[in-house]
Parts: sequence; C-alpha cells; structure tokens
Amino acid sequence: MGEILVLVEQRGGELRDITFEMLTLANRLGREHGLAVTALFLGHGASDLAYKLTSACDIVLVMEDPELANYNADPYLIALDEVIKDRMPFLTMVGHTSMGMDIVPALAARLSLPLVTDCAEMSIADEGRLEVLRQIYGGKINAKLTMKPSDRYLISLRMGSFDAEAEQGKSGSVETVPAPSWTNLRGRKFLTYLEAGLEDVDIGSADILVSIGRGVGKPENIPLAQEFADSIGATLACSRPVADEQWLPKSRQVGTSGKTVRPRLYIALGISGAYQHQVGMKNSDTIIAVNTDPKAPIFNIAHYGIVADMLEVMPQLTDKFAKR
Amino acid sequence: MNIVVCVKQVPEVTDAELEVTKKGTQIITEDLEFDINEWDNYAVEEAVRIKETFGGKVTVITVGDEDSEDVLRQALAMGADEAIRVDEGGFELSDARGIAKGIFQAIRDLPFDMLFTGAQSSDDGWGQVGLMLAELLDLPYASLVVGIHIADDKLVVLRELESNTQEKVELPLPAVLTIQTGLNSPRYVSIMGIQKARRIGIKETGFDELGLPEEEIGPKGSSVDSQSLSLPPAGKGAEILTGTIEEISEKAAQIIRDKGGVI
Repeated sequence: MGEILVLVEQRGGELRDITFEMLTLANRLGREHGLAVTALFLGHGASDLAYKLTSACDIVLVMEDPELANYNADPYLIALDEVIKDRMPFLTMVGHTSMGMDIVPALAARLSLPLVTDCAEMSIADEGRLEVLRQIYGGKINAKLTMKPSDRYLISLRMGSFDAEAEQGKSGSVETVPAPSWTNLRGRKFLTYLEAGLEDVDIGSADILVSIGRGVGKPENIPLAQEFADSIGATLACSRPVADEQWLPKSRQVGTSGKTVRPRLYIALGISGAYQHQVGMKNSDTIIAVNTDPKAPIFNIAHYGIVADMLEVMPQLTDKFAKR
Repeated sequence: MNIVVCVKQVPEVTDAELEVTKKGTQIITEDLEFDINEWDNYAVEEAVRIKETFGGKVTVITVGDEDSEDVLRQALAMGADEAIRVDEGGFELSDARGIAKGIFQAIRDLPFDMLFTGAQSSDDGWGQVGLMLAELLDLPYASLVVGIHIADDKLVVLRELESNTQEKVELPLPAVLTIQTGLNSPRYVSIMGIQKARRIGIKETGFDELGLPEEEIGPKGSSVDSQSLSLPPAGKGAEILTGTIEEISEKAAQIIRDKGGVI
C-alpha cells in the first residue's frame, strides 16, 4: 500500500493547526485511494506531542535528536531526505508556511521530486497523476494544474484550506526512527525566536476595525483613515503593503504574518484580499469591503461590498458620524 | 561583498480586472503595465545598500524576453553594477526548476558572497527558484528574510514566521537569501536615472551558450503537464451596495450604526 507522508509542524511545544489541516486532506485522499497516512514528527524532547496525532493518522513516525530541537533547514533536509528515500511515499505533504516554504524547494531539488507549492486543493486522477488547484496573481486567478505522471510527489498546502481536526477516527501507532548522521550540514544555526515587542494598540482585542490596504495610496492619507476610525469608535489596522511601507507599525497588520482578528465589525478599505490577509480576518462577524476592483477576492468573503475608491467613500462616511 | 540578485518582470495586477485567454492557458496582458516583482525590488535595494556600506559589486540577472531588460535597467539605476539577461528562448513553460537551472548555469562561475532572490513572485507565486538555486549551488540558505546583519564571514538574518514572530538564524558565507517585502524602503528611481543606466551594457546569454540538456528546461523539463486558468467562482459573495456615492455612503453608515459603530 502506498503512503502519504505528512510533515508535522510544531513550535514552542505546540502542534500547529496546519498539521491537522494537512492530515484532514491526507485522510480524505487515503480513503479514496487506499493510501496509509503517516505523520513525521521531527523534534527533541517533545515526543509526547506525537501522541496527540494518533487520532488523526495511521502511523506517527518520531525522529528525535538535539539537531531537530528547533526548526532548522539543514538537519530537516537531511532527515526528510533519509525518510523519503527509505519509505518512498507516493505523496509528501508539507505546510506552505514559513517552515514549509523554507524546505520544499530545496528538498524537491535534492530528490528530483515534482513539486507543487501553495496548493489550495488537490486530488489524485487517473494513472496516479496529481491534479492541484492553486491561486495565482494575488488570488485573482485560479490555476488548475495537471501534473505529469510520477511515482512520488511533493506538495506544500496553503494554510486554512482544510479543517484542523485532531479527532479523525484513527488510532495510529507511534514508531521511532533513528536520526541520521549529520554529515553535510551547511552551517546554518538556529539562534532564537523573537516575539513582537510592545505594541501601541492590540488590534486583536478591538470590537471594530477599520483596516486599510494599498488603496490608501500615500502616507498623507493615513490621517483621513484615522479620522474615520475615530468617528465610529474603531481601531485602525492595515494589510501587509501598508506595514511594508511603514505607514503604520507592523503591530497593526492583519494576516498570517501579523495578527488574526475576529472583531464584531471589520471595514476593509482598499484591500484586495489576498489569502494571507483573509486568513487573518475572515471570521469577523460582519465585513464591509470597499475596493475599486469588483472582482477583488475580498468581496467573496465580505458581507457588504462597495465598488468605489476608498478615498471617495471614507470622507463621506466620516462626515456622517463626525456631525452627530 | 559581491551580490547576485535574481529579478523578474511581472504584470502589475493590483488594480487590474484580469481576464483569461480563450484557451485558458494565460491571462490577457495587453492592457497591463509590467514592473519589477515587488519582492525582487526589496532584494535589489538591500544588495545596493550592502554594497554602499561594504563595497563590492551587485549583479542582477533575469530570465526573460527583450522587454524584461526594463527591470534590469531599473535595478542598474538603483545602483546595481552589472546585468545579465538569459533569453527566454527555450525556457518558455519551464517550471521553477528549469528557471533555476538556467540561472545556475549563468552565474555558477561568478564570484559572489551572497545571492538574493525575492521570496516569491506576485504572478505565479511558486516561491521556489531561490532555494532550488541554493541546492544546485550547495550553499546554506534562509528564506523570508526581513533583516540582515553582516559580521566578518558570517550572516545573522531574521526570518519572518507567522503571528508577529521572527526567527534569528546564523549562516556562513557564501549564502543564498530569499527576501521578504518590508525589509527596507526601496529607493525611487527617476526616468532620468533609468536613461543614464542605458549606458551600462547588458550581458546576454541564452539556451545555446548555457549548455543545458534540452529535456531539463521548457515544457519537457517541467513537472506540470497542463494548466488551466479561470476566474475564481464568485462564492456567496458580498451584497454590493449601489447608487450614487451619497446613497452608498448612507447605506454603509446605517450598517455601521446597526453593528454598533458609534462613539
């Protein structure tokens, strides 16, 4: 029987959601095509975490070694190389996360594996070909890919594409595998994690967020947005481009690399809605989106949409509330 | 510090309504502007800043057609010293592996301390070329870099992780870094600056000179058999407010009031 190998992602003693999201997809494919689902746990002194995976896969494979204590591309690549060569899984699945993005291209090159990164959905078609759905051009276009036939594939799965269920009706066994000898390390060293420093405001605890994106145009328009936010008692947040430009501090950024928020009301102004942003705000109770592009992905998850320039709508709205 | 920076020309789609060709194999680009990939722009800026501090040379390279020389000129205007264009002939429909192999062949004999790519491109977003190059070069690497500190013969870099977290990583030189946006504030280049950069010659190379086996690049070398593009289904979608800007604003204001948005 063939195998799907899922690379477990954990940090600071916690399993990350993407692990269970991948297992949800892997178990579905496993059922459809008679494939065993194996979760590969790499770490050091944290193997109790591995037992939290047994309800969601057939085998938990545990490799422990001081080199694997914190994620580091050098030893991870060697470990994955060994395990894949040994087990020859049909499909190896890694999260399209800061960890997965740091591994899979190098792994694919090392093992000459066909690779699809940032998959949102996939299936196995005739002759064992993978069919994969990706979003490209910032989520404005769907691309359905049919891969060439192969005995082995490597994919990275987009965060938030599947449910993260710990209980998936499995009762997997835990097996240990020895760590390889660490020859050929290239000298990369993990030093430390840095959590975000003191924040001016906590956008995560705000009831109402006014969030601005690229559509704000220039830093001179930021005070207008602040004025609008003030007029309705909201906190000002932003999408990535605004933080990249340093028009607002990074602590105000909503999305995968910033904060995940769930306010009562989220007003997205000039934000197109790339998935990295959506993941951080799609569970808000009510979403109002203002964008010039009627096909902007943000309108797919918003409850109310306004197709217009945020710079025209915003002052109108401010007026209505400021006058009260 | 000699630095090689890989750049790509991409269509600017932020404010554009995209359409797909009849065959569904690509988007219609006729009305689109082309620009340097945003991530690559940060990479060029960082390389030029490092050169300005430590000395050395910045070489930019792209795989593309003649039009893509625009992004090389822009990088030269920002302060890069040399530019190489690998002609796209033979590389059409390559996957990231094919592109990485082309760049590898073109730069393998250049002396460099660091190689930068953008962490991904805004069009296909594979995010693969940089790390595939690192593997081909057998060099240490770090992806999603948002901070670089150079100390003697090693680097300390910050990688961007999820949830406002970063990771500090040490690498020996030479090394490959893929650059995340926000690392710096890329300088503005004027039309005049780009005109001036026209005096710098662009080195051209291509499939014939690079000595790559034909089956390793283009559609033959790609692991993708076919690709079909479409506009995403609308989903349940938003209720779009219509009317004059005044009417729309009034409707929106009412929703905001209903949801508790008042001081």
